[in-house]
Amino acid sequence: MVDLLFFGIFAAIAVLCAINVVLQKHPISSALSLVGVMGSLAVLYLMLGGVFIAMAQIIVYAGAVMVLFVFVIMLLNAGIEVRRGRSWMATIFGVPALLGLLGVLACLLARWFPDAPTIKFGDFTGGGAKEVGYALFTEYLLPFEVTSVLILIAILGAVVLARKELD
Amino acid sequence: MPPIPDGVPMSFYLGLSAILFVIGVAGFVFRRNIITVFMCIELMLNAVNLSFVTFANYHKQVSGHIFTFFVMVVAAAEAAVGLAIILTVFKNRTTLNIDEVDSLKN
Repeated sequence: MVDLLFFGIFAAIAVLCAINVVLQKHPISSALSLVGVMGSLAVLYLMLGGVFIAMAQIIVYAGAVMVLFVFVIMLLNAGIEVRRGRSWMATIFGVPALLGLLGVLACLLARWFPDAPTIKFGDFTGGGAKEVGYALFTEYLLPFEVTSVLILIAILGAVVLARKELD
Repeated sequence: MPPIPDGVPMSFYLGLSAILFVIGVAGFVFRRNIITVFMCIELMLNAVNLSFVTFANYHKQVSGHIFTFFVMVVAAAEAAVGLAIILTVFKNRTTLNIDEVDSLKN
């Protein structure tokens, strides 16, 4: 009962903030709404037993990535977005097509998991830092090391792209 | 009226994930500001992460969490490179509107 209440509260916050991300005209409002989505998703991860992932979500996403976004928005002095006329196709078919996509996703999920169980808080305790770290450094060691190369390349790419002279 | 279940049905989590993903797609398609489009991509990644964590709970395995971790890492790298690209685009064209960045069109 308490689980359902918490899920309802944070799912509602997540959906409302996500809609706000799309509807706000100013990018900084979108960015702050996105922080709301990420925070409520972190709570849902905690309810699903992902302690480590919830903390990483807060630190990496809501912290680092969104600070980067807000920094760039401030740096570029991004204003309210200019609306132009959009094509009649988008106006007529846009929202129905999206609802169709949602319907397809929901249908597939219902088809694949007809007897989906209920999830109680505390069923699954294998998501702590110890378990995640153990899996990461034994079974998933190679992907983990490749990730470090990816990060290195991303850093180099960002530095090269954002250099002062670009000829 | 059916009895209120003890705990949250797994389909609720998956449904929330689907809803967030579709909202992200909507923003990606309808918004014209390049930074907001980028934020909608992050929203879609987050929606998929929620599915991963839900399935990790369902299968009682930690692999889903590892995958979520990798998605986060890739998203951070993507944000760094993408925002550098946005900076370069703005420097060269002084616009953030994706309708005006169309030099590869035609």
